Amino acid sequence: MKHSLVSLFAVVAVLGAQGVQAETLRLLTWGGYAPEEVIAMFEAETGHTVEVTTSNNEEMIAKLRATNGGGFDLAQPSQDRITSAQEEFGIYKPIDMSRVTADLFIPSMLSATAANTTYEGEVYGLPHVWGTSGLVVNTAMAGEVTDYTDLCDPSLTGKVSYRLKRPTLIGFAYSMGLDPFAAYGDTDAYQGILDEVEAMLTECKAIVRTYWDGGDEIKNLLRSGEVVASMAWDTGGWQLNADNPDITFVAPEAGALGWIDTFVLPARGRADDAAYDWINFVMQPEIAAMITNTAGNFTAAVDGDAGVSADLKARYQGSFDQAAIDNIKWYPPVPAGLEALEGATLDRINAAN
Amino acid sequence: MASDTSRLGFYLLLAPILLWLVVLIILPHIGLFVVSISEKIGPREYETGFGNYATFFGEPLYWRTFARTAIMSIAATALTLILGFPIAYYIAKLTRGRTKTTLFLMCMIPFWVSELVRTFGWMILLRETGVLSNFLQYLGLVNGPVEMLYNDAAIMVGLVYTSILFMVVPLVTTLDSLDDSLIEAGYDLGGSSAAVMREIVIPHAMPGIVSGCIVVFMLSLGNYLTPILLGGKDSLWFTGMIYTQFITRFNWELGSAFGFLLLALSSLVVFLGLKLSGRSLSETMGRS
Repeated sequence: MKHSLVSLFAVVAVLGAQGVQAETLRLLTWGGYAPEEVIAMFEAETGHTVEVTTSNNEEMIAKLRATNGGGFDLAQPSQDRITSAQEEFGIYKPIDMSRVTADLFIPSMLSATAANTTYEGEVYGLPHVWGTSGLVVNTAMAGEVTDYTDLCDPSLTGKVSYRLKRPTLIGFAYSMGLDPFAAYGDTDAYQGILDEVEAMLTECKAIVRTYWDGGDEIKNLLRSGEVVASMAWDTGGWQLNADNPDITFVAPEAGALGWIDTFVLPARGRADDAAYDWINFVMQPEIAAMITNTAGNFTAAVDGDAGVSADLKARYQGSFDQAAIDNIKWYPPVPAGLEALEGATLDRINAAN
Repeated sequence: MASDTSRLGFYLLLAPILLWLVVLIILPHIGLFVVSISEKIGPREYETGFGNYATFFGEPLYWRTFARTAIMSIAATALTLILGFPIAYYIAKLTRGRTKTTLFLMCMIPFWVSELVRTFGWMILLRETGVLSNFLQYLGLVNGPVEMLYNDAAIMVGLVYTSILFMVVPLVTTLDSLDDSLIEAGYDLGGSSAAVMREIVIPHAMPGIVSGCIVVFMLSLGNYLTPILLGGKDSLWFTGMIYTQFITRFNWELGSAFGFLLLALSSLVVFLGLKLSGRSLSETMGRS
């Protein structure tokens, strides 16, 4: 009797301890940001379990909006999409910096992201993975494409593809000598820029083969040679470069567009402990290198590039010299309501004949 | 006592369908309607009004896409009927036993994989570096590669292919129930093939035709994958617009209004279709 009572206590104690420590982390992230091997290492080290859902910026915000910030414990939207989503929908909760090992982050990126994701005095985002979008070009067939507007050259009719999304508007605006980020705060000036870009893209429509939607679609188009120049992400270009040395990512003369994907805590997340554990775990240099090797993009971890494969480093250096890095246009936070203007412009381009 | 038990049984049997209707159909639509009549005036500020519906009618792009989607869905339905009827007639009337089962099975096999896989299959066939283009070049019928993807014809092919089973199944069922002796009698009385078809087979198959058409029309109108993947830069589809409003524009209010308009459109077209064919909904649904 006594013996069984003791063992019962032991069982209760163990269960109780597990209830406190081991949690399920529901992670809403991008493909490649949570590789299987990293998850296995994390689960072995902390006892937490991880459930991954892959998504993109817009779907992340839509998913969290649908549940008022519930259903996930950690999400990874880009830093420019945090304050406006917080202002409109209130789907995040502030980061408790005392629980984050700040030494693991490159200080300049940590402070820049903090500044960009501050809403009403609270910081909502930590930097994780960064990269750019620019041009992916088959240099053997369209070597003359070095800027966004070069995609509209009539000699490339039917051989060009880009997305009908906001990065395209912004890239073309820079290429046309305009400065859309400077006009973010001024609705009238921004509308003026959008109108100029709209005229350009409407004219360009005859050149375009199709507007691509998914990363796999554009990779197929480039790999098959049906498209020789496109606007796309750097990683896509580097992946294709591994298969076909002619295809690579080109940083446009007007500047590649730089994004930083972050860590944010959804407002009604239930496993904050696991979330902070995950953040501190994946920002360790060797883990960050593993993520870079699968995702293809570099991280904000100190020394995170040390363990990255030599091939990827070579491709990165081939696309970016120091001047190109200095010329990257980093997305500032999108003011709430700006997407409505851009949406109307994109609709008109889509409808134009 | 006995009537109490049977009444209990009645309610128990009714409960699942009531739950289904209320929880999965009526409640979401009420929610959708409430969202669709709220207009956004600032961050987290909304007021009630029909502004979203006004936006739809004020912007030519929206209602043109709406009309385009409806017309193309009707065309896809007609095409599916024209292609599906001979198939169904052959299976139901001209084959017996094993052959019949085999043919029926062959119609169904493509549906064992998901719609996404079927659509990707068509992309592999139709693209410029794809199977069909290479085959035509091999035969010497064309000189260079031909692009057959990214246009409205590709969407049509995809829509017909994805929905033809839903036309063939009800048609086979109704044609099966037609007694062969009636057809024979038609010929005995001196009717031509066309007359027999017009006077005997088609009137008998009408419930199957109407219910097949309703299902195919609904599937085409509400299809998202096929038009997005196979369509080109001018090929807009209304469901794609609803997705855009909800996901990329964060404009749930306008998206909900679009959803409601699509519901109204499909109900209207089905109603008109039933009126034109002179049938009632209960008759159609009851017999097929």
